[in-house]
Amino acid sequence: MKPTDKRDAIDEARERWETGPVAESLRRLPERKNLRTWSEIPVARLYGPTDRPPAGYLENIGFPGEFPYTRGAQATGYRAKLWTRRPITGFRSPADTNRRVRELLRQGQTGLHFVFDYPTLGGYDSDDPIAEGEIGVSGIPIDSLDDVRTLLDGIELDRISISYSHWGPYILSFLLALADERGVAYETLAGTTQNDVLMYYHSCPWWDLPLAGNMKLFADVCEFAVRRMPMWNPVSISGYNTRDGGCSAVQEMAFTFGDAIAYLDACLERGLGVEEIAPRFSFMLCAHIDFFEELCKMRAMRRMWARIIRDRYGCPDPRAQRFRFHAQTSGASLTAQQPHNNIVRGAVEAMAAVLGGAQSLHISCYDETYGLPTDDAIRVSLNTQNILAHEAGLVNTVDPLGGSYFVEALTDELETRAAALLAEIDGLGGMVNAAKSGWVMAQKHAWAARYQAEVDRGERTIVGVNDYRAEEAQEIHFLRPDPQAQREKVERLRALRAGRDAARAKRACDAMRDAARAGENVVPHAIAAAKADVTLGEMFAAMRAVYGEVPARDRTFDRMDATEEAMR
Amino acid sequence: MSRGRVIVAKVGLDGHTTGAAVVALGLRDAGFDVINLGTRVRPEQAVAAALQEDVDVIGLSILSGAHVHLTRRVCELAREKGLDAAIVVGGTIPESDAAEMRAFGTAAVFGPGTSMPAIVEAIDRLVVERRRARNAAAAKPGT
Repeated sequence: MKPTDKRDAIDEARERWETGPVAESLRRLPERKNLRTWSEIPVARLYGPTDRPPAGYLENIGFPGEFPYTRGAQATGYRAKLWTRRPITGFRSPADTNRRVRELLRQGQTGLHFVFDYPTLGGYDSDDPIAEGEIGVSGIPIDSLDDVRTLLDGIELDRISISYSHWGPYILSFLLALADERGVAYETLAGTTQNDVLMYYHSCPWWDLPLAGNMKLFADVCEFAVRRMPMWNPVSISGYNTRDGGCSAVQEMAFTFGDAIAYLDACLERGLGVEEIAPRFSFMLCAHIDFFEELCKMRAMRRMWARIIRDRYGCPDPRAQRFRFHAQTSGASLTAQQPHNNIVRGAVEAMAAVLGGAQSLHISCYDETYGLPTDDAIRVSLNTQNILAHEAGLVNTVDPLGGSYFVEALTDELETRAAALLAEIDGLGGMVNAAKSGWVMAQKHAWAARYQAEVDRGERTIVGVNDYRAEEAQEIHFLRPDPQAQREKVERLRALRAGRDAARAKRACDAMRDAARAGENVVPHAIAAAKADVTLGEMFAAMRAVYGEVPARDRTFDRMDATEEAMR
Repeated sequence: MSRGRVIVAKVGLDGHTTGAAVVALGLRDAGFDVINLGTRVRPEQAVAAALQEDVDVIGLSILSGAHVHLTRRVCELAREKGLDAAIVVGGTIPESDAAEMRAFGTAAVFGPGTSMPAIVEAIDRLVVERRRARNAAAAKPGT
């Protein structure tokens, strides 16, 4: 392309500026060294109109709601509808969580997101010996339909969207059994099953089923949602967990898309069409502490997804190309030291998510390093969102930072780096292989180890941790495990087992197992089992009977050799 | 001779592995023999492995909030089995809980913000103490 005179003139002026005022300033006062983003991308002194190719506005940036969606998934941004304020909730017991959620709905919460305790995540009932001491500690304990009935008491299933962090048919079956009980059509349910089994495999190993089985059940949920639940997202590909487990923004991007591509391929293999399933994929991203890097990451990911769907899958459907995401501010960026500082971190991170165009948002609470949040911390977190939504003036125009020289340059740079890493994943045979070989975990651990070493050496400043430390520890009140509630949960489950029609429960559970064995979609069978009061632990046991136990190798998390290789 | 033998294990159901992995790498770099038991280790398994591998230190990583319950269980089992390895725990553990954990036999608690050099220093000390205690026991006549 022939450069225009105007461009030459700008470059000339730039050079004058560099050799003149800049050089003079540097003589008086040298710049600080090693200025870079949180994810180690070097940042230049200044970005200007000639730093990006003069062509390509339409191909690279465009208009909101249109390819390549860099400026937003919706044409009118937040002018028509604010993002969904979706605080994550889940603690102690279904009844306590229900009370809290109903209070938060009165305070401006507009969507639900539930998290579960470790036994529920691992596939164990509350009365399993392995659950001892962990019931209700890190989320809601769910054993059966009875618990979901309590959890959603007084909440209209067809009036508010419900997301939850679990996978496969288990919790979904309880929810759908409840919908049947209340006469609510599946077609009217809106919400999301996280269902991100690959992420659990490489970033949060708390599952208890081999990956192949989880991938099969993943596709079952997708297929069922396509057939029966038109407003349901059967997967939320969670860069959040990947990132907060310790990795860079670029790794979050590439690993998230690596997972997404593997899922899409699995759905195509199941016989679903791209235009059928891709519009139902939602994403969950981390909003970490580097303000510009995070909002640029979100812009870049919208563009990358649009290109992946258009170019890799040859799908022109705008609904499939549109990247929609929930953002959560980074729990890992919070510090146990001087916890009130976390309120500020949450606000900065949430602002990046809003300027990055999130469809829904949760701000991690200031007391979360120690335990599940208190009522007070949740209120501050929700009101931070309310302030950003109503007072801060962020929502009046679409993509207000679009066109900023720095923002566009950083958006491009993040895309370039993430695309290169994604190509590396392709080279390893895709994300399933990359994850199984330990490569993904090793990449992350290498980054985390380097990060920690930089913190230890003081090369990264974390306020209150390695600098600006307080003389006295700041004590805060936080939620602690409640042994009484744990005993009550176990008793309630035992009562359920004693009171149910045991023969019917066994028949239903066996039918679910046999359906899996026959390669059928297990979701309808799981719903029948849920109605027969089959428990979550029993459903998991049935699936383990078909898909086997988790191999011992998948239980070790360090993959030391691979990690050392990644660090070289 | 190795700088010390250390087990790293995540007991309980918690799947937050990064902290344990980073510490395991750091200890290996510092010259310790590290035996990584991985995730979802039951307290019984951790103690049995410590006896079998004759380790100086068991390092537990717990970020689930269930640290008091799980660590107490490991300490009880260690006493029952006559295990002399030191038991240390890393995680987001508030000081009030750390005090309780030290009271029932935890040798060290590494809370948020602990640097790798600080962990190495503490483990060095525990290794020396254990070896000194063993030598003293061996030197004692009639035992």
